[in-house]
Amino acid sequence: MAQAFFGGIHPNDQKAATNKKPIETLPPPAQVVIPMSLHIGAPCKPCVAVGDAVTVGQVVGEAPAFVSAPVHASVSGTVVAVEPRIHFSGVPVMSVVIENDFNDTPCPGAVPPRDPESLTAEQICDIVKNAGIVGMGGATFPTHVKISSGLGKVDTVIVNASECEPYITSDHRTLLEHPDEVLGGVRILARLFGVDWVHIAIEANKANAAEMLKIKIEEEKSPAVVDVLQTRYPQGAEKQLCQSITGRQVPPGALPASIGCAVFNIVTTMAIYNAVYRGQPVTHRIVTVSGSGVNEPKNLLCPIGTPIRELLDACGGVKKSTFKILMGGPMMGHAQYDMDAPIGKGTNAILAFCEKEERTVEHPACIRCGKCISVCPMHLQPVFMYQYERAGMLSQLESAHVLDCIECGACTYICPGRLYLVQSFRAGKQKINNAKAAAKAAAEAAAKAEAEKKEA
Amino acid sequence: MNYKELNLIGSSSPHIRTKDGAGHIMGEVLLAMLPALLFSIYNFGPRALGTTAVSVAGCCAFEWLYRAALKKDNTLGDLSAAVTGVLIAFVCPVTVPYWILLIGDFFAIVVVKQLFGGIGKNFLNPALAARAFMLSWAGEMTTWVGPHSSVPIAGAFDAATYPTPMALLHANDLAGLKQMYDLPEMLVGLIGGSLGEVSALLLLLGGLFMIFRKVITWYIPVSYIGTVAALTFLFPRGNDPLEWMLYNVLGGGLMLGAFFMATDYVTSPVSHKGQALFGIGCGLITVFIRYFGAYNEGVCYAILVMNLTVWIIDKNIRPARFGEIKPAKSKEKEAKGK
Repeated sequence: MAQAFFGGIHPNDQKAATNKKPIETLPPPAQVVIPMSLHIGAPCKPCVAVGDAVTVGQVVGEAPAFVSAPVHASVSGTVVAVEPRIHFSGVPVMSVVIENDFNDTPCPGAVPPRDPESLTAEQICDIVKNAGIVGMGGATFPTHVKISSGLGKVDTVIVNASECEPYITSDHRTLLEHPDEVLGGVRILARLFGVDWVHIAIEANKANAAEMLKIKIEEEKSPAVVDVLQTRYPQGAEKQLCQSITGRQVPPGALPASIGCAVFNIVTTMAIYNAVYRGQPVTHRIVTVSGSGVNEPKNLLCPIGTPIRELLDACGGVKKSTFKILMGGPMMGHAQYDMDAPIGKGTNAILAFCEKEERTVEHPACIRCGKCISVCPMHLQPVFMYQYERAGMLSQLESAHVLDCIECGACTYICPGRLYLVQSFRAGKQKINNAKAAAKAAAEAAAKAEAEKKEA
Repeated sequence: MNYKELNLIGSSSPHIRTKDGAGHIMGEVLLAMLPALLFSIYNFGPRALGTTAVSVAGCCAFEWLYRAALKKDNTLGDLSAAVTGVLIAFVCPVTVPYWILLIGDFFAIVVVKQLFGGIGKNFLNPALAARAFMLSWAGEMTTWVGPHSSVPIAGAFDAATYPTPMALLHANDLAGLKQMYDLPEMLVGLIGGSLGEVSALLLLLGGLFMIFRKVITWYIPVSYIGTVAALTFLFPRGNDPLEWMLYNVLGGGLMLGAFFMATDYVTSPVSHKGQALFGIGCGLITVFIRYFGAYNEGVCYAILVMNLTVWIIDKNIRPARFGEIKPAKSKEKEAKGK
């Protein structure tokens, strides 16, 4: 039933370091830093002040717009600062800093609805929004927006447990240790979209989780079907996953809802269950700490806002020769330079590297092998796009569909000439968008001048 | 732990790359050519090794000298000069004088490759362009020895000219050729011809190894050899199409050309469809030259001519855009409008 997407790569999945390690709870951190921007969309507005006492699950930042999601306190204690702090994006972001009182006092408002089974779609959307649920696979797009924009259009609901990035095992461990919550979330999604069953997509390298889940589904008569997919990066990319499950391709610039698909990460699915049945907002997440630089790789459950430092410490620190620390996977993760940056809602891994997995060279040279084309899951031709970008040929770059690029990095991974392909496309996209914005501004200014002329 | 002491670098993703770099790939190409080289040493004598070694040394030396003189980075590590060196030796008669070989090396590396910007920038296959240039010394370049020779590394050798299978095929003398070599000999390579082209079997093995290792795709070799096979089978000269086809496929430089020359990354199309088209073009021109040309072998010129079409193939064959709805109706409309 599973259908293939074009291209992709087969990096060593490196998951053996942590895929058999049960999730451990991180020793509670003394302080957490909750940034107002833990999602795609408008940043939250802090709604607590210095000196306020807060409880676990209390809203500390309110969502100012539809495409946004509130943020909650992940520990109980006292607000000691509301100020810009270093964020994993590399720049300071307005944050609420909470001193932990180690009591874990729950928020009094956090009570589950009396009858979760009879909730309407709007009510579930509201609960999901108020719980601050976002795409927890890493993209952090607000989940209530995805649900409400997909209602009525979607005939295929996919729960994404493919976890195609090397090293990361947080989804795998979630499946193994919290199958009931996941299947509970699946039941909610099935009812929400009115589908007979939900596809749970798992890569073949997590066979034990797939088997366990199949038995559970059978026992509990869950409205779910497990799709075991080929282990291939980027299997878990939204567009590729839709293609693998349904054979349909998301049109350029469109969302999966346009082809009747909705994709939810496995941890997001669990978060929906926790919100609907337990009244719990997103306050914690499971993070894989791994990589050649980590002394003792682990899967850790930690409060959102915990500094990266605390996670590394809990894993025995890192080797002295560590030269790169990432948030996220090695294919799409972001390099971190300040270990005070906090864990976010989409942080599935912290990786430290001390070996030269990057294999950069001083003089990258294209040998025109075409391997970039044969791995591109978006059917692009990186070899030519790179030439256009280097030469500043923006119109050619755009007509080569650079804006379709999902920045998965497969081309850069495979390139024997060690070119900085995806890096160049990011720059190219930026240049195209800048040029478009400039042209639009110029056109508006001209129209305004024209109008003024007429008036005069 | 104090993380401020770490020497952290911040670069954008991806943060891992495959270990197979350009040098690694070219190394695998060299490995794929090794069986054919060993066979040639057995078939032609130690001179086969001498010719190959001189050619590789010449190519590497010219590459290094050129880049050092222009204060450019040293690119010997990508092994592409070594591959060119082996290929030049492979397309010459084993008896080619070393000085002509070195002129060919110079032409391939400096004129064809470096003057256009080095690796990835040349538009002709360096080894084949060098061979075309070296044919200026027509006598030396068409002096063939037979199988089971033992040409010494240096010094005198029996320079009796010896007809290659291609010469006999060109003369439409299939019967004479069959008398000279049977099909197993053609397959294994116990025949006369250029240094590295004789053993169709070992070149095929090397080619399959490269396909298996994903160094090359199967599109060019299959479309190239398939086109030659189909055309010679459909338009045989003589009364046995199958034998005529087999002698055409196993003789000459077809295996070497299809697996090692036409698949050169730089001078072949990047898309799979384009590669198939390129292979078909190579096959058509090869058969055309073999049937109607003055030369008895067409592989070299077929590939060189097709090299010149790569830009237009690449420009016009683009993959279908992801998610694009096939504009079947609008195309019909356009056709009607025209």
